Amino acid sequence: MKHLALIAALTPFAAWADTDPADWDSVIAGAAGQTVYWNAWGGSTNTNDFIAWVGEQVKAEYDVTLEHVKLTDTADAVTRVLTEKQAGQDQNGAVDMIWINGANFAAMKEADLLFGPFAEALPNWDIVDVDGKTVQTDFTVPTEGYESPWAMAQVVFIYDTADVAEPLGSMQEILEWAKANPGRFTYPQPPDFLGTTFLKQVLVDILPDPSVLQEPVSDETYAEVVAPLWAYLDDLTPVMWREGRAYPVTGDATYQLINDGEVDLAISFSPGAASAAIANFELPDTVRTFVLDKGTIGNASFVAIPYNSGSKEAAMVVANFILSPEAQARAQDPELLGYGTVLNLEALAADDKALFDALDLGIATLTPEELGTAVAEPHPSWMTRIAEDWITRYGVTQ
Amino acid sequence: MAQRRFLPALPALTLLAMLGPVVAGLYGTILPAFGHMPTVGAFGPNLDAFRALFEWPGLPSAIRLSLTTGLIATATSLLIVALITAGWSGTRAFLLLERMLSPLLSVPHAAAAFGIAFLIAPSGWLARFFSPWLTGWERPPDLLIVQDPWGIAMTLGLITKEVPFLLLMTLAALAQADAQRSTTVAQALGYQRMTGWLKTVFPRVYAQIRLPVYVTLAYAMSVVDVAVILGPNTPPTLAVQIVKWMSDPDLTMRLQAAAAAILQLGLVVGALAFWRFGEWLVERLGCRWVMAGRRSHGDGIIAGAALGLGMLSALAVLLGITVLAIWSFAAQWQYPNILPDALTTRSWMRHSSGTLEALGETTIIALVATAAAAILTIGCLEAEHRYGLRLTKRGLWLLYLPLLIPQVAFLPGLQTLFLSVGADMGRGPVMMAHLIFVLPYVFLSLADPYRAWDPRYGTIAGALGATPDRTLWCVRLPMLLRPLLTALAVGVAVSVGQYLPTLLIGGGRVATLTTEALALSSGGDRRAIGVYGLMQTGAALVPFAMALMVPAIVWRNRKGLRHG
Repeated sequence: MKHLALIAALTPFAAWADTDPADWDSVIAGAAGQTVYWNAWGGSTNTNDFIAWVGEQVKAEYDVTLEHVKLTDTADAVTRVLTEKQAGQDQNGAVDMIWINGANFAAMKEADLLFGPFAEALPNWDIVDVDGKTVQTDFTVPTEGYESPWAMAQVVFIYDTADVAEPLGSMQEILEWAKANPGRFTYPQPPDFLGTTFLKQVLVDILPDPSVLQEPVSDETYAEVVAPLWAYLDDLTPVMWREGRAYPVTGDATYQLINDGEVDLAISFSPGAASAAIANFELPDTVRTFVLDKGTIGNASFVAIPYNSGSKEAAMVVANFILSPEAQARAQDPELLGYGTVLNLEALAADDKALFDALDLGIATLTPEELGTAVAEPHPSWMTRIAEDWITRYGVTQ
Repeated sequence: MAQRRFLPALPALTLLAMLGPVVAGLYGTILPAFGHMPTVGAFGPNLDAFRALFEWPGLPSAIRLSLTTGLIATATSLLIVALITAGWSGTRAFLLLERMLSPLLSVPHAAAAFGIAFLIAPSGWLARFFSPWLTGWERPPDLLIVQDPWGIAMTLGLITKEVPFLLLMTLAALAQADAQRSTTVAQALGYQRMTGWLKTVFPRVYAQIRLPVYVTLAYAMSVVDVAVILGPNTPPTLAVQIVKWMSDPDLTMRLQAAAAAILQLGLVVGALAFWRFGEWLVERLGCRWVMAGRRSHGDGIIAGAALGLGMLSALAVLLGITVLAIWSFAAQWQYPNILPDALTTRSWMRHSSGTLEALGETTIIALVATAAAAILTIGCLEAEHRYGLRLTKRGLWLLYLPLLIPQVAFLPGLQTLFLSVGADMGRGPVMMAHLIFVLPYVFLSLADPYRAWDPRYGTIAGALGATPDRTLWCVRLPMLLRPLLTALAVGVAVSVGQYLPTLLIGGGRVATLTTEALALSSGGDRRAIGVYGLMQTGAALVPFAMALMVPAIVWRNRKGLRHG
């Protein structure tokens, strides 16, 4: 058996070699007829509809079939690829493309589970806003072409103007507001990504110098750096919804709480989501959004292709398609999805740019100027460690 | 006579179809639990994973929750079912409850839990009926009702779904327990209805529903979907925590998850042993109670209370489903409005293509898995009948292993197995995986009525010249039509409700109503949950309705076959 494996390893298997992303014509040729199983979180009807629309487009244009595998947790797809590697299934894996970022990307890249580099060879990479948006690092981890960006996200706070008089400028103000209005604020339970984002947002905002978060966690300084966060949460938790004895599962579940009148303020990672939710009756039309005076955390959503996908060409075609001005403008339309574009609008042709200019961002969406520059994500090691400690401190307190 | 050679092999084949995957899956759990998982660079054996598990500060609460919710939910459900049947079987109220069974059973756990959560939440339907005019709540009060730390809401949610299941099993058993004559005799001796039934019929019925009760207990202790929706999450039950660890991006957490899975298995075994002890105790006390010969125990009041509780639990599910149905047509709907501002078909339009595709997939998988399970079960039981190839007690326990082990504990290992034999992805393997869970339920539903069938009918048929096959097809199966259809309906409902096997073995590529509904449920979109929950309910409802209707039609002129 060992000899067989050796022979197999030494045999040049040109027939199975992956198409070079730079040779785009052969990528398109190879993609025709392939099926892409895009593993993406399926908890949002708007996202699901957008992915279905992408499927229709790539079918018509490239004869690529796109199937949306609706995940409850992106880690399921990571686990899947890992299991396949474990079982030696190095070709035609179940996952062809994953909506991914942060710790999941770091884990997959670390474990060599990804195909690439391909992202910067995509034709539409030329119009991506490489300088203005954090599309080449993912939570400080360099992407090195192993994932392709498709949407920008930035923390905004959703508030009901019927109950909150005016936007709050800092996490400290939010704390004071919560004390004055007990039971009217909550955040999704860590380790949900939005919940951990809230923790990071607190830390970034209350630290005098948050630049220390750009480096990986070190055991010496960790306790000291995060001490203000725990102090903050010790103050906040007793005045939270249900006194912090229960938490909503996800960010979308907090919309429901606002709509039910249970809370008045929630965190969101999608500047346009509130407008989209109003259009879908999921939020009252008195809802607006704000960002903090010092700015809020922002990051990009990416798509990555597992090393054992059998439809890499088609996956690249899809990754490229969702970078097209047409798809990006649709994603930014708050009536449909409300995600920020990753494109550099100045680099677009006039009629492509017009697609974006024509968008009505919606009553609850801030303009790019109002959103301001996003604050960088901390290194993923912070998030992991903080989430763990949060669980010990607040997640098992009963 | 191919069949004669084939039939004796069926029990072995059945056990293989079930045991192979379970053993492989368990193996795949035990290895990482003891620190062996080469893909993440862990080489055992060691106890590090257990050490890490016992250091988790939430463990005592998680264990307590699993035990209390499971035991209390099961005991309460059994009590309600026993008292209702004792006090009311054969009455009009009982008939009404019987009619409500199928819709109740077909409501998937997750959908029922969602409905109940929305009913009892501080901003929920019940509060809205009385606010603010009565309660003065202009805003919903900040009360921890759903997800309470004691797991009360979760226990209630479980009871609402376990009562109909146990009642169904009891009804199936009643047919074989000769209840009518016993109660008649007891009543002639002056026993009140409920006391008489409990003293004479219950012991026989319980013997037949014992395994369903065990399964209920194991299920209630390791349920994930209901616990996520109604149970506390600071910390959650152990089963939910296992799922969380399993899906942690840090893959070494799977070691801890595996260790917790072993612990969960231990808890279930411990709880079953405790239950067994309880049975022994009840038996001892019960005998004394029967011997004492008291004729009544406030029968009217207790029976009335039991019926009230049963009706209440049924009402909770039905109201929950009603409210989900309203949500699926709702435009904006805010507290404290009792009804939405407007109705719209938008949610249904949005989800129409997705739901229809998923419905097709769900139906095909459920039908094939259930049919296969029924064939294997009947084959086993018939082989047992003809050749005395009776499963040993231990063998029987092995058959129920998939129901007594938390799914999450052995499914990832099972996935690896399917992968390594190349039978990966797509419908076929998913059907096989469903079979593992459907088979025990079908067997469980059918075995006792099948065995309790009076063999003298067979003797008579044989004396009249019928071959064993002819006896099976023309006498036994027709007579067992009702339990058979019930078993099939249970099988379909089980298949429709499967989430983890579909997701894991299907590689996410097989989209059933349940996987779609649960994917949506993480977003908390009540409209989408309403659409998928109703579709799911429908998919499971039709077979149950048929299980009730078909025998009633076929046996409309056979009085003796209609009671069961």
